Amino acid sequence: MTTQALPTALAAIVDDFQAMSEPERLQLLLEFSEGLPELPDRLKDHPELLEQVVECQSPLFLTIETEKDGGPAGTVRLFFKAPAEAPTTRGFAGVLHEGLDGLSAEEILSVPDDMPELLGLTRAITPLRMRGMTAMLGRIKRKVAAASGVRS
Amino acid sequence: MPYPVEQNEKFAAYAHPERLVSTGWLAAAIESGAVANGELVVVESDEDVLLYETGHIPGAVKIDWHTDLNDDVTRDYVDGAAFADLAASKGISRDSTVVIYGDKSNWWAAYALWVFELFGHQDIRLLDGGRDKWIAEGRELTREKPAPAKGDYPVVERNDAPIRAFKEDVLAHLGKPLIDVRSPEEYTGQRTHMPAYPEEGALRGGHIPTAASIPWARAAADDGTYRSRAELEALYLGEAGLAAGDDVVAYCRIGERSSHTWFALKYLLGFDSVRNYDGSWTEWGNAVRAPIVKGAERGSVPVAVGA
Repeated sequence: MTTQALPTALAAIVDDFQAMSEPERLQLLLEFSEGLPELPDRLKDHPELLEQVVECQSPLFLTIETEKDGGPAGTVRLFFKAPAEAPTTRGFAGVLHEGLDGLSAEEILSVPDDMPELLGLTRAITPLRMRGMTAMLGRIKRKVAAASGVRS
Repeated sequence: MPYPVEQNEKFAAYAHPERLVSTGWLAAAIESGAVANGELVVVESDEDVLLYETGHIPGAVKIDWHTDLNDDVTRDYVDGAAFADLAASKGISRDSTVVIYGDKSNWWAAYALWVFELFGHQDIRLLDGGRDKWIAEGRELTREKPAPAKGDYPVVERNDAPIRAFKEDVLAHLGKPLIDVRSPEEYTGQRTHMPAYPEEGALRGGHIPTAASIPWARAAADDGTYRSRAELEALYLGEAGLAAGDDVVAYCRIGERSSHTWFALKYLLGFDSVRNYDGSWTEWGNAVRAPIVKGAERGSVPVAVGA
């Protein structure tokens, strides 16, 4: 698998990670955790609209919305919530937000399921912890597929 | 040179008060320069591999339970050479006084402490209440990573037997007290992993026959500190039915939550023989013909075991 198959923003993130040493990758993941946007008020007040991804080590909730006026295919918006005490989980969410938010359903569904492995974090973070990010991506793709009627 | 032990009324009631320090004591020790000059080494050990990087106690070094303490091939802990390298790189010498703290009421810190003890490190203490209490009290955090002078740590082979139980040991132990520290849902077999935690794969649910269910968190107060000696006695001597002098094995899912209970039994209540079964449910729940009891009752020792 190469980054060429990935949407542009996600490919750029993967390239950034791959160009770094392991400790620098952890630092970058920390920056992504800090860059994860807050939920908009309409979701903040309605936790029931978010789904928990139980495969993550720390509580992570997410949801998607499709903007119907965003072009023919519709633009998919992603929303995540994870506590500050869970920076690794927040970092994964931050990567997926920056890499996938605002894309079309087709573009998101084309992301390979094992994309998280491209970040080169598996050794520094351990396979057990990486599983959380793979589960997060899987959940996003399932939700996007269900919302768009496209089969993943 | 061991650093002076904290004296206070709560700790004095415990069997080994020298194994705990309070947040106030640590703050004063840092203030006095004991961490900066290497008399005291402070170690943070968390579940989340990046939590230390978001801010930690000034002067603290990080040890990750997964990437630093586990062997990356075999399901086991690192060997003597790897541990010596790790300790030295963190500024720890064989005679250093080490204070460990972490998130989640010190689950992972207690686990790291237990691994240090497999190598016979003498003076290692837990910060009562851990990271959360330090933060709740508004104490200082920093992102500055210390660069400690290399410690002098010999290669010491692990001595597992006194505090670590393997599956065969647990089978041989059946009939003597076991403490299951998992959630009630895991104990009864309703589920095989922690509520809201990843499924790590156990084919069967339930508990080891005769194990008493005392979820680990019951040993902790709301602020994450250990409960008082009287409260711990009510829990383990009263409810679990342990008696002084008992030989006890504690287990959970992978041995981290049971390290917290192991610490309480060994150092706070003073049981001499307490072992942590780190294979725990992820081994037992998958092992062929390992006896299991489902439901809330402790059950009895199966006759066929060991026959």
